[in-house]
This record gives sequence, C-alpha cells and structure tokens, in this order.
Amino acid sequence: MKEAPRAGGRRRPDYALIEALVPPGAKVLDLGCGDGELLDNLIQAKGCEGQGIEIKEQLVAETIRRGVPVYHGDMLEGMTHYRDDSFDVVILSQTLQQTTDPLAVIEEMLRVGRRAIISFPNFGHWRIRLQLLLEGRMPRSELLSYPWFNTPNVHLCTITDFRGLCAAQSLRIVEEIFLTPSFHQIGSFLANWRAGLAIFQVERKEVGE
Amino acid sequence: MVDDATHEVPEESRPDAQSVGVVETKFWTPELPPEGFELACGESLPSITLAYETYGELGPERDNAVLILHALSGDAHVAGVHSPSDRKAGWWDIMVGPGKPYDTNKYFIICSNILGGCKGSTGPSSINPETGEPYGLDFPMVTIGDMVRAQRMLMDHLGIERLLAVTGGSMGGMQALEWAVRFPDRVASVHAIATAARLSAQAIAFDEVGRQAIMADPNWCAGDYYGKETPEGGLAVARMIGHITYLSPEQMRAKFGRRLQDRDSFTYDFKTDFQVESYLKYQGNSFVQRFDANSYLYISKAMDYYDLAAGHHSLVEALAGIKARFLAVSFTSDWLFPTRQSKEIVKALQANGVPTTFLEITSSYGHDAFLLPDEEFADTVSAFLADVQERVRREEALVR
Repeated sequence: MKEAPRAGGRRRPDYALIEALVPPGAKVLDLGCGDGELLDNLIQAKGCEGQGIEIKEQLVAETIRRGVPVYHGDMLEGMTHYRDDSFDVVILSQTLQQTTDPLAVIEEMLRVGRRAIISFPNFGHWRIRLQLLLEGRMPRSELLSYPWFNTPNVHLCTITDFRGLCAAQSLRIVEEIFLTPSFHQIGSFLANWRAGLAIFQVERKEVGE
Repeated sequence: MVDDATHEVPEESRPDAQSVGVVETKFWTPELPPEGFELACGESLPSITLAYETYGELGPERDNAVLILHALSGDAHVAGVHSPSDRKAGWWDIMVGPGKPYDTNKYFIICSNILGGCKGSTGPSSINPETGEPYGLDFPMVTIGDMVRAQRMLMDHLGIERLLAVTGGSMGGMQALEWAVRFPDRVASVHAIATAARLSAQAIAFDEVGRQAIMADPNWCAGDYYGKETPEGGLAVARMIGHITYLSPEQMRAKFGRRLQDRDSFTYDFKTDFQVESYLKYQGNSFVQRFDANSYLYISKAMDYYDLAAGHHSLVEALAGIKARFLAVSFTSDWLFPTRQSKEIVKALQANGVPTTFLEITSSYGHDAFLLPDEEFADTVSAFLADVQERVRREEALVR
C-alpha cells in the first residue's frame, strides 16, 4: 500500500492520481473545478491547456486568480457549445454523485473529450453497508458527511454500479484506481467492499468494437 | 451615472489616494487620403480628430498597452483629474490608477473619445469643413466598426502594434469585441464587461424612446440648434430613461423606495414629490450641461445597429478568427445587458476553442455595477490581465 501524495490541507486526495493519468500537453476540461488547483497544477507541471467549469461564484473568482480559464455556470450547459473532441481529457472529480443527470454528464464528457476521468465515493464500502444493515440509518462517512435531509449527493453509486453503467453504455474502462477511506491506494481485490474512493478512466468504444 | 439622491459627488467618483493625478486630454488629427475617412454607411468624413488620454509608460517592448473603450456617455477622461481643484475624477477612476486593476505602474493606458462623440473627437457638433458650420444632421452615421477603425489609426500613431488588452463595459464592450474580430493580430486579450454581441429589442426600444424625446423637443430643429437654444428638455428625458435602465428594481427600491424628497406630504401638483423623481431630474439636468443631443442620437443608433454576427451565418462563424484570450463578466441584476447575452458570446467562443473565462458577479446595482466599486470584479480583472501579460512575455521570450 502506498499513500497518495497530499500537499496542503485543501488538496483533494484524488488529485495527484488524476494528474498522473493526464498526458503532458493535453487539452483538459475540469468539471466542477473548484478553486482551479488541479488545472493550475496540470498547466504548471505538465504544460497542459486547461479550462474549468464551476458553478460557485467565489470558487470561480479563485480559479481566475490562478490565471486558469473558467466558465461560471452549470456543467452540462457549459459543455453544450464545445465541438466534438475539443479536449483530450475531461475530468469530473468527486462530483458525479452531485449531478442531477449523471448519464447525460458522462455522455457529454465523452462527446467533447476523448477520455473521461471520473472519481466518486464508493457507496459499496463495507462500513457504509454495515451502517445501513446494523443501525438502519442512512450511512455517513468522511467522504459522505452530509445528513440525508441536506445532501448534495443525489446520485450515489458503487463501483459495481459504475462498471455496470460503463458496460451498458459501451464505454471502455481504461484504468481503475481505488483508495481506502484514509486514501491508501489498494488493488482491485474486493474493491467494492474495501475502497472509499474510486477513480475511473473511460473512453468510448469505437463503432464495431 | 452614479450620483445619489442627495446630489453630492459620490465617494467612488472623487479622486482618491491611488489616483493618476492631474492628466490632460490630447488631440490628434491624422493625415487622411483624398477620399477622407470612409464610413460603413458609404459616406466619408474629410477629416477626423480624436481626443485621447494616456496614463503610465509604454514599455520598451511596447507590449503593455491597454485600450479602454467608453460607453454611450463616456469620454477619454477615464481617471485622475484635469486640475487639482477638480472634485470629480474620470469615469473609471476606481479601476484605473497606480495599484488599481488597470495599474498605471504596470500598464500603458489609453482611452479615446469615440467618433461621433462630443468630448473632443469629431462628431455632429464639430465644424463641417465644407460649410464652416457645425455638422448637425449632415454628420454621416458612424458605426461601432467605424469607431474601432479610428482607434486603430490612433494605435498606429502611438506605435502600438499589439494591445495587451482591449476593455470596456456596455457599448465599450461592443467596441472591444469588434477590435478582436476586426484586428485579431493586434489584440492579446479582450475584457467584455456587461455587454452583448447585439442589443435586445427591449434595449433598442428604450434607445428609441430617448431619441424620440430629443427629436420632439421644439429646440431640436432637425439637429440645427448650435448657437441657439438647445433641446435640453428632450435630452434630459432621454438621460432619465437611460438611468432607469441602468438601475435594477431592487436597487431603486433600496435607494429610493417611495420616500419623498425634502417634504413630509404630497404637493398635490406636478412638482417633485418622490426621491426617485428628484434623482432622475438631477441626472437629466446635469447631463445636458455636458452632452450634445445630436451625439446622443448618433451614438445610441450606432449601438442599436451593432450586430457582431452581421455578415456571417452565425456568431460562432463571426468569432472564428479570434486569437485573443477572453474575459467576459456580467452582473446578476443587469437587465439591460443580461447574463444571457454574455453567455451567448462565451458559448460562441467555446465553439471556436478560444480560451475563455466567464464570471457572473452577484450585484444588486444593475447595469451600473461595472462602474461601481466591487472587490471581486477588481480582483478578477487584475488577475486576468496579469496572467495575459505573463503569457505575452513568455511568447516574446520564445520568439527571441
């Protein structure tokens, strides 16, 4: 087990791993880019061309302060006008579960980009299963800290669910990375029980594949 | 635009500690070819003069120039004062000066009065060399494109090959867009603030009511009023209508409500009762002291005519050749140039793969917001411009 690198208190644990998946010089779109940290790193360290979309005004302003181009608005609306294959990589970090239409988001990601990197909290983790089974309550964890009546997480899923979606939508899974709830990287063995966070890299299957 | 009901010069338009200080308006009359300065309408002007101001120093690489483009009632006097005793600073003094977003310690700032204006550049109140009299309605119609072409000549004169930024709000934003489309190699970045690629029917409607008010004034005399009584009443009404469109409903409620001006009960006649009436009258009356009614007609018409997509199949196609980096900013309560219209520009840029930043700032100040102090707006402009400068410098280093 190796620990995923973390720098600074605000840094998301999946950022370094996502960064590693992005080829140097790639054109990158980051959906829900927050304060622009991930894009800023990709631009500085890998010479990427970055563009963000973020809905929260204050975070947009912070992204601009980093010199990263960003669109203030809804991610689906913000992607509509890009032409097909405008980006090499489209990133959605820990936001899939907050979208109202995850399928539409993924379809649009793979229209405007060749590849999608999607990270999400795994609702199949054993502790989450146990909470519901033993306590009979809606589960909460470090990654899913909201109470049921006040949560932005409207579309939670498990790793198995996500793989199922990829199969149903004819998406090829290029890479799977799993982290425990304390952000230690683990292998795929019983990942749907053990992982708190999953990172998938997916692409479209070409016609005839 | 922002004076309050008490009729005092508001704090944001007074010169402050971070001021460029005393500045002067300069005038430039270019040598024109025999056919004069040809205009989009097919006519031409035998000679033109541009009034302009500059602040800061042009760097040795001539790569730090920022062109500010003013809106309908603006002028070349963006920042600082014309004399130490001036109580009122230039119209965007909050944004332009040492240490401010358009930092005169870092950038060379230029602003010129638009063609068709009445603040030193050639317009309908200028003398027609053919008659020796003011043009009046003999002045040919000028477009946003014509204004921008005149500004480009001024940039040539000042030895500026490529502008670090063209920036403006409202009609100034239209000119900034036009710059980027017309002269893509000469613009590194565009700041399009509270603007649109074309006016809405509603905005054209308000402009037309303003023009009708001027033309209905018996002193207007089909534009031939120079040296006589001027159509002050009509121009004041046009300005009052303008001010209604610059404020948001919530701001009007907060600023005036139904409060009465200097009285406790109604007059029961048609004198001023409400504070909002007093405010509009004050704005109208002070405007006629400094603005020419014919210029108002010409400039408002140039705005109405403007359509960035004209001559193209779509806005996307019109923006296809853009090489500049883009910053678009809108304000939530601006209903004259609503967010929807900024997004229309941004989406057309996205379709062309142009790196674009868009921010919708929460503000209750309506269209006037871009002229008022706003930390988020100031920080945004400042950071965006600094980033563009860094990129331009890196590009130059690569070329060398």
